[in-house]
Amino acid sequence: MNIAEVRNLKKTYLLGETSVEVLKDISLSFEEGDYAAIMGPSGSGKSTLLNLLGCLDRPSAGTYLLGGIDISRLSDDALSEIRSERIGFVFQSYNLISQLSVIENIEVPLFYQGRSPQECHRRSLELVEMVGLGQRAKHRQGELSGGERQRVAIARALANDPLIILADEPTGNLDSARGKEILNLMDMLNRQGKTIIMVTHEDKVAARAKRIVRLKDGYLEE
Amino acid sequence: MVSFRIVRMIKLGIKSLILHKLRSALTVLGIIFGVSSVIAMLSIGEGASWEAQKMIRILGSSNIIIKSVKPPDNKNASTGRTFVVEYGLTYDDAKRIASTIPSVKAVVPMRNIRQDMRYRHRLAEGQVIGTVPWYPDISNFRVSRGRFLTFTDMHKSANVCVLGAGIAKKLFAYEDPLGKEIKIGSDYYRVVGIMQNRGGTNARGGSNITVDEYNFNVYIPLTTARRRFGELIVRRQSGSFNMERIQLHQINVRVASPELVPATAKVIQNLLERFHKKKDFKLIIPLELLRQAEQTKRIFNVVLGSIAAISLLVGGIGIMNIMLASVTERTREIGIRRALGAKKKDIVTQFLVETVVLSAGGGLLGVVFGVTIPFLVSHFAKMKTIITPWSLILAFSISAAIGIIFGLYPARKAANMDPIEALRHE
Repeated sequence: MNIAEVRNLKKTYLLGETSVEVLKDISLSFEEGDYAAIMGPSGSGKSTLLNLLGCLDRPSAGTYLLGGIDISRLSDDALSEIRSERIGFVFQSYNLISQLSVIENIEVPLFYQGRSPQECHRRSLELVEMVGLGQRAKHRQGELSGGERQRVAIARALANDPLIILADEPTGNLDSARGKEILNLMDMLNRQGKTIIMVTHEDKVAARAKRIVRLKDGYLEE
Repeated sequence: MVSFRIVRMIKLGIKSLILHKLRSALTVLGIIFGVSSVIAMLSIGEGASWEAQKMIRILGSSNIIIKSVKPPDNKNASTGRTFVVEYGLTYDDAKRIASTIPSVKAVVPMRNIRQDMRYRHRLAEGQVIGTVPWYPDISNFRVSRGRFLTFTDMHKSANVCVLGAGIAKKLFAYEDPLGKEIKIGSDYYRVVGIMQNRGGTNARGGSNITVDEYNFNVYIPLTTARRRFGELIVRRQSGSFNMERIQLHQINVRVASPELVPATAKVIQNLLERFHKKKDFKLIIPLELLRQAEQTKRIFNVVLGSIAAISLLVGGIGIMNIMLASVTERTREIGIRRALGAKKKDIVTQFLVETVVLSAGGGLLGVVFGVTIPFLVSHFAKMKTIITPWSLILAFSISAAIGIIFGLYPARKAANMDPIEALRHE
């Protein structure tokens, strides 16, 4: 069954007078339990595609079905809700909120779902144990290494039990050993049935995925 | 569910404000000043009108008070010489007012003489007031024990006196003053009555000299005063004698109704001017005092009100400025929160809560200062101040409202950021 499906997706940005067509006709689908790597040179539209898949943006044309819902016509609030319920983000630069502790960071998506404080706390404790940072639950991000930060970010992405996890160069800021740890964690999640879509430009990283989607100049070259 | 979110937001807001303690403290200074001056303003105004109302209660709203005043010019008052200044109201004045003006219901002539009073070894200073039996009726003043002066006392020029509550307490700490004899000047007077306490609720700091003095008056019959003390008052001033001849120090006039007071006052003024060449008297109209108090209150309200308005405005702008800076500084955080499922209204709430916490915190401090300022004012400036609970509530609500008004723009700016741009922000 297809969890996410895009058809004839186009994305055009207006830069002053000129419009730039970043994505030019993308049709693509992901099944449940998929593990896809999106590759391509810089400027090929990888990040734009990821943002669209992550419901941070709306396509200029085409449709995007996520879990059976066409999100291309939804309001800003409805998109926020979709992100809150169905999507987990992992970023290259971790993007933890610096004034919050590890556990509080993991609680953020749960908070926006309107869960009770007890529930938020219980779930985030579970997750912090799962990524092996139980000892560091009360620490701030300044006290963590890059690898640890990324593990917190992954725990946060899992908090809402999302349909898909979108990772944007998750190992880009890490050395190869830490990067490997993160990738092992991703593999494990995928084995547990999580759908993962990852943007990367490293072949070694992409090799871990079940399939590779290549983008070039706004087109797919699969 | 909503409530715990708000609690959570407030906690978050406090947390990020504490992260920048100095910045937050400086930001709320304007609010603190504004709120405290609102409270000070209201309490001073309240105190002034309370004071005026008390004065009117004491003096009577349908009364006119005429006082003898020493005429200002005295070129021949050469030092070292003794000579007698004669001025002031006369018994004839009192009679004329009583007999010629129809709207006058009663006239109370008074002689006020400062004297020491003694009972055995105890000494008290007070004012001896020679007056007539109907004095209490006109002055809204009652005898608490014993009786007031009577017509018989007047006819016989009896050596009897009625004590003010303060002086009774001072001279007779543990004894019953009634029937005892006290010494005033060089004569003995039998105490026949004690007046009620006229301080009212003399709250802290609200020292009112005129009210205090009532409690240190001793009343004797006017005839007795005339016989015992005469009309010549001798004052010693830096080696020279200063003698004054005054018949009456004061005349209280009760008018039939308060509406007739201004007109009657004018008639009295004209009547007296005909017989007094010098300007040696003045009219006090209690209602006029109220008008003056209202005027003072209005001036205070304008001055402090504009200070309050300006500092609240400046404070509000300061808060807005800081929040705008904070929004820019936290662009990334906003992007992250949006990506993790925060709606626009969640972001608005977050920043709005933060501003309101900031300004309400300032408001709270302002209330604390605002309560101390009137206290200091009444302590040092001897001005009556009254802090009403609703003024605290009002001032605090203003500060919270400022948080909302000036926080709305930065909060909306934060919420309307494009999440993608925000995430990319360095």
